[in-house]
Formats: sequence, structure tokens, C-alpha cells
Amino acid sequence: MAVKVYGKPQAVCPQRVMHCLVEKGVPFEFVLVDIDAMEHKRPEYMEKHPFGQVPFIADGDFELFESRAIVRYFAAKYADRGPNLLGRTAEERAKVEQWLDVEAISYSPCAFTIVFNLFLLPIRGLPGNKGEAVAAMEKLDKVLEVYEKQLSRTKYLAGDEFTLADLTHIPVTRYIVEHCGLAYLLDDKPHAKAWWEDVSRRPAWKKVMSFVASGASFYAP
Amino acid sequence: MGSVKVYGPAMSTAVSRVMACLLEKEMPFQLLPIHLPKAQHKSPDFLKLQPFGQVPAFQDGDGTTLFESRAICRYICDKFAGQGNRSLLGREGGGAADRARVDQWVEAEAHSFNPPSSALVFQLVFAPSMRLKQDPAAIRENEAKLRKVLGVYERRLAESRFLAGDEFSLADLCHLPNAHYIVSATDKAELLTSRKNVARWWEEISARPSWKKVLDMRGAPPA
Repeated sequence: MAVKVYGKPQAVCPQRVMHCLVEKGVPFEFVLVDIDAMEHKRPEYMEKHPFGQVPFIADGDFELFESRAIVRYFAAKYADRGPNLLGRTAEERAKVEQWLDVEAISYSPCAFTIVFNLFLLPIRGLPGNKGEAVAAMEKLDKVLEVYEKQLSRTKYLAGDEFTLADLTHIPVTRYIVEHCGLAYLLDDKPHAKAWWEDVSRRPAWKKVMSFVASGASFYAP
Repeated sequence: MGSVKVYGPAMSTAVSRVMACLLEKEMPFQLLPIHLPKAQHKSPDFLKLQPFGQVPAFQDGDGTTLFESRAICRYICDKFAGQGNRSLLGREGGGAADRARVDQWVEAEAHSFNPPSSALVFQLVFAPSMRLKQDPAAIRENEAKLRKVLGVYERRLAESRFLAGDEFSLADLCHLPNAHYIVSATDKAELLTSRKNVARWWEEISARPSWKKVLDMRGAPPA
């Protein structure tokens, strides 16, 4: 039975999960949860995901929520396939965990605030809060300065190989760069810019984008 | 081989998260205080250990340095898998599924529990002691958010003794610092203590010797 990923394909957190599955060559069925119609807050969905969020996955009988727990699960389950996404030693894994947490706690909250105010609200015809977006951009710029220093020492965030720590950044960064006009934040950060260009060109990520654009329900490697 | 070092004040929620984990793993360590009011966390030497200028920073006996309290805890559990509490990342032999359940609830703590509880702890405990003005709107908003989250926990803890399953794990441990401040140092204790299953869970996890030792090390009386 194929893995089922529940969510909206355009949403950032389900895209993280799809990307991990594609990197690992794992087929999946994408089950649409209509978040615009608040389906994720209905009792039937909240039976599965008690916080009423996306994504949610079912791997046979095993069910899981929280995209970063899900990608860790698949990266470990399929450790012998595709790229090594978790490091090989306790120390390498710890660096992956460290940068995963930085993404979750320092990077994404700013990035989400920007995307929410400069993209999501406007496309619904609602005014975004420019002040909040600007404050978030300033914070994100400072975070990216730290990334620039790290990426001047290592090719990827946790070391010289692409790992989950890089992967989880990609969906929201794409929104920032392509839909919020903020590519310029990387212009004075050559290593961060090169990192973004590298990770966003990964074949697996491109397959995720094609899959999302196609509106298909089933992905087979 | 040097000793394990944790940098930061014991009063910090994130620092005490790491201390609790080291104590569960029976791993001796040195706590090296960082004086936040004197901005020691922004000094060039500290920024080498933690480039975001936050606490804690961590250094292993063999020189590995790390930051982000939950990443540090996961490393301690992986690296010292054979000693102390061996089921912090899932039951021994529980495999990928058990570990993933722990990961799921560590993430839930980080993204659903931590933001509103940290905001409340800041407003109700630290702001007054730092002579900063409290923000009543922020208190109301975060209390409401935390109430909703604890509603989810109440249902979860009706079907499970601890968050990830029937054994205490890193997922429960991560909650100790913020929950302790809310229960013992604010007038919002009822957020946890008025709910039957959350109260039961809180009583059990806060009674663990590792947490009592953290409180001793802070010099505060246990709650």
C-alpha cells in the first residue's frame, strides 16, 4: 500500500514531505485536504491530526503528523536509498538536527510572516500587514547573515552533503524568492545565494514542482 | 577527553531542557553561566559557539559544539544511547515508528506548546523581574492559544500515559521548563492543573529526579 500524504499540494509543509519522498524514490498518493474550505479543522480530519494542520501521513497502518517528524521518519526508514539525508555519525546527525531546528525556530517563522502578508493575503484580495512583513524581512536578513557565514565554511548547512536541514528550507524559500520579490536578500550573500541556486535545482525538487503543477494524485518514481 | 559543557544560565528554559536530558542520561557536565544582562551571549567568543547569540551552547568532551536545545538533547540521546534512560527516543527495539512518535511530539512541543507558553513565561515571570512593561493583549492571546493546545493534550493523554506512548520520552522532557514556570511562578497554573489528564501527566513528569535536580541546581525550591 502506497504512502498517503494528506494536505494541499501548494502548501509549504506538505511540499517538504513530498520532496523527501521523491529524493528517496518512494511512491505516494496525495490526498487533497481543502484547507481553503477549512477541511483541516473539521472533526473528521482532526481525528487524524489533533492540531488540525497539514500534512498528515499514513504509511500502511502507521500515522504521523509534523512535517519535520515525517521527513526524519522516511529519511531513516529509507536510509539505504537515495542521498544520505541524516548524516552517518552521531556528530553529523547532530549538525543536521541543529540546522533543522534553526530552520524551524529562526528561519521559517520570519519567512512565513513574509509569505502570509506579501502573498497569501493579497491573492485573496485582503490587505497584508506591511509593517509585520518588513519587520520579518529585517529579522530574516540577520538570520541569513549567519547562514552566509556557515555556508562560506560548508557547502550545505550541516556539512558538505545535502541533508534534511537544507531540504526543509526549500518550499518556503521558493515562495519568498519567486512570489514575494525578495531574491535581493541573497544578493549580498554569495554563499547563501549559491546554496539556494544549488538546492532549488535538485532534480527531486523539480519533480515535486511538476507533480504539484500537474494536479496528479499519484507519484511513482 | 574533556568534560561535557553547557553554556548558559540555569534559569533559562532552553538551558534547563538540556540539563534535564543530561541528568536523565546520567551524563556528568559542567554548567558555565552566561550572564545575559551583561550581554555575554553577544560576545565574540560566545558567538563562535552560538552564531545566533542565544543560549544554550553545548560542547561535547571530544570538542563537538552544538546549539538549539532540542538538537542537543537528541545528540545526547544518540551518542550516549547505552547509558542512563535508554527510552528517551522510543522504547528499546521500538524501531523507526517509536522514534517517529517521539519526534512528532517533540515537534508539537516546539511549534504548538512552546510559542504561547514561552510568551506567557516571558510576560508573567521574566518581564516583571526585568522591570519591563507587560502586554495584556499578548497575555490574553497566548493564554487562549495555550488553552487550545492543552485541550489537544488532554485528549491525547486520555489514551496514552505519556505523549509519545507509555514511557517517558524526550517529548515529555521538552515541556518541563516552560510548564514548570507556568505552574509554579504564574497565576495560570490551572491551565495545566485543572485538566485531569494533563494534571496527572504534569505531576508524574515533574516528579522525576532529573527535573528535581535541575531545580536544585537553580537554587530554587522544587514546585
